[in-house]
Amino acid sequence: MAIFVDDNTKVVVQGITGRDGGFHSSQMLEYGTKILAGVTPGRGGQKFEDKVPVYNTVKEAVEEHGVNTSVIFVPPFGAAGAIYEAADAGCKLIVCITEGVPTCDMVKVMPYLEERGVRLIGPNCPGLLAPGIAKLGILPASIVKEGNVGLVSRSGTLTYEVVYQLTAAGLGQTTCLGIGGDPVIGTTFMDAIQAFNEDPKTEAFVMIGEIGGDAEEQAAAWLKDNCNKPVVSFIAGQTAPPGKRMGHAGAIVSGGTGTAAEKKAALGEAGIPVADRPKDIVPLLQEIWNK
Amino acid sequence: MNIHEYQAKEIFSSFGLPVPGGTAVQTVADAVAEAEKYGLPVMVKSQVLTGGRGKAGGVKFCATMDEVRTNAENILGMDIKGHTVRTVLITPAVDIASEYYVGMLIDRNTKRVLLMASAEGGVEIEQVAKDTPELIFKHAIDPRYGLLDHEAMDMGMRLCPDDIKKARQLAAAMQKLYTAFIGSDASLAEINPFIFTPEGQGHAIDAKVNLDDNAMFRHADWEGMRDLEAEDPSERTAREAGLSFVKLSGNVGCLVNGAGLAMATMDLVKYYGGQPANFLDIGGSSNPEKVVNALKIILSDEEVKVILFNIFGGITRCDDVAKGIIAATEQMDINVPIVVRLTGTNEEEGRSLLASTDLHPAATMDEAVEKAIELGNVSGS
Repeated sequence: MAIFVDDNTKVVVQGITGRDGGFHSSQMLEYGTKILAGVTPGRGGQKFEDKVPVYNTVKEAVEEHGVNTSVIFVPPFGAAGAIYEAADAGCKLIVCITEGVPTCDMVKVMPYLEERGVRLIGPNCPGLLAPGIAKLGILPASIVKEGNVGLVSRSGTLTYEVVYQLTAAGLGQTTCLGIGGDPVIGTTFMDAIQAFNEDPKTEAFVMIGEIGGDAEEQAAAWLKDNCNKPVVSFIAGQTAPPGKRMGHAGAIVSGGTGTAAEKKAALGEAGIPVADRPKDIVPLLQEIWNK
Repeated sequence: MNIHEYQAKEIFSSFGLPVPGGTAVQTVADAVAEAEKYGLPVMVKSQVLTGGRGKAGGVKFCATMDEVRTNAENILGMDIKGHTVRTVLITPAVDIASEYYVGMLIDRNTKRVLLMASAEGGVEIEQVAKDTPELIFKHAIDPRYGLLDHEAMDMGMRLCPDDIKKARQLAAAMQKLYTAFIGSDASLAEINPFIFTPEGQGHAIDAKVNLDDNAMFRHADWEGMRDLEAEDPSERTAREAGLSFVKLSGNVGCLVNGAGLAMATMDLVKYYGGQPANFLDIGGSSNPEKVVNALKIILSDEEVKVILFNIFGGITRCDDVAKGIIAATEQMDINVPIVVRLTGTNEEEGRSLLASTDLHPAATMDEAVEKAIELGNVSGS
């Protein structure tokens, strides 16, 4: 088991013929992800790596192959359009890797997805990797291992760092999920921790937050009352100056709120240990898990 | 991107919001000429990208031409929270009978544009939110329908329960503000205050707008609004090179792929007793040229005593990064030690490329940070 994906996850990649889309589609295929089709308008009829058929539209990919999941590598100006298209064609899970999607576009996308019962992960995220089941996005397969720990993060490479350390310590994962660093995202911390809490295979999980917004505080409040599984956390950005966007559009301390200190305090109050360094995450998890 | 009040007012005006006229000027002579054009009294308002202008003495009412001259002289060149005033807005002064706050921002929780309005206008809304949150009315706007007439009117009536004419003007302003917000891809748009004159005429007399950098590609006119002089030179160079960079005051230059890891690296430098010189995300799909540009920007800061690369490859390939580091070091005269940590996609190719150079490799993030602090001799500095 994993969260959000299973053995029936059949994938179409939008933007499969692009540099990044192509590179990562190869990696996903190598991992065993069921990529049944690709979409690049104008490239219909071609084959990706001589095996994956490319279509002009997601609708054709759904009709021909019954795909139910889309991974999007479309440039920012077309990313929202690609999400609408995948949702309209019937995909129930959409992972948007694209960085730099205008926030107003995402605001408009959200009710369209809600009306159709579609889960979106991202944008501006590394996607999801459920070891042994599917790799949807750009998380490197070399660092994961099948196991019982869940991981959710607003970051990309910081997620890899922590997954790498979990695996090195022999702690495999059910699902590694990067929800993205933008202010308006589909799947939130709250969605992810609730799914991990319900997933029978996930025995413990790690939450990697960062400055900006109050998603970590909300998650902390929910975990305090609803979760008995061991959870540890890390918050990036304690040295970030206020008012400056730290790369991620959502990573900004504004009006004195969204600081690392506030988040750490909220997590601490909810009884969730917060690691000082990334390397302390695994020992902290082992410590509370063994209790 | 933050823009000045006069630019925000130009946007508001183009969407039909009632904004008193005004002209942005850079000299005292122009300030006087504009004041003569509009007729007294006028306001002289400093244009800087920070709040608290009024408290700092950067906003003045002028009843005479002498006052226009004196105030413009005083305000031009004034320092407000580290921002030098280079431009002032000359705008007709209007009589104020009542003041309101109307603002919109992207709300992460509802994933919508949130309208906030209050009869406590003209003061810092953050303070009102902290002390008397019940005085701020909120409405999350459904993007499918926009701000509907009855929703806007309901908000207007809450602010002006006893005056339907004023409530209507506020409602209309809110609807126009929403159209402006969406139309200009804002991340924040505030009218503070929206005022009524004793005759009952509404005006947006102050304006604040932040624009969403991600939407730059569909607003060709935005580049012209950017205040290049208000930007840190290294941050400007980084932006032009497509790098996400924030200047800090330390001496450990950091080049990291991914914003979260970059923040965690800065935090770790601090943890081990050093001070990060910058935040820098070299981003996904990093090409060698980007790394060269990144190194140039960091090394332009003479305080930097050591360079720390922390690369965890996912979408960024380690061999690309290694090529970039080598290309950069070959074409540059670098006098500080460089510590490189490479892990992830194509890491073996990356490391074998680096093996023949005099860079200092590190296997983990902690080792890299400790080594950088030691080699740069920057502990406790």
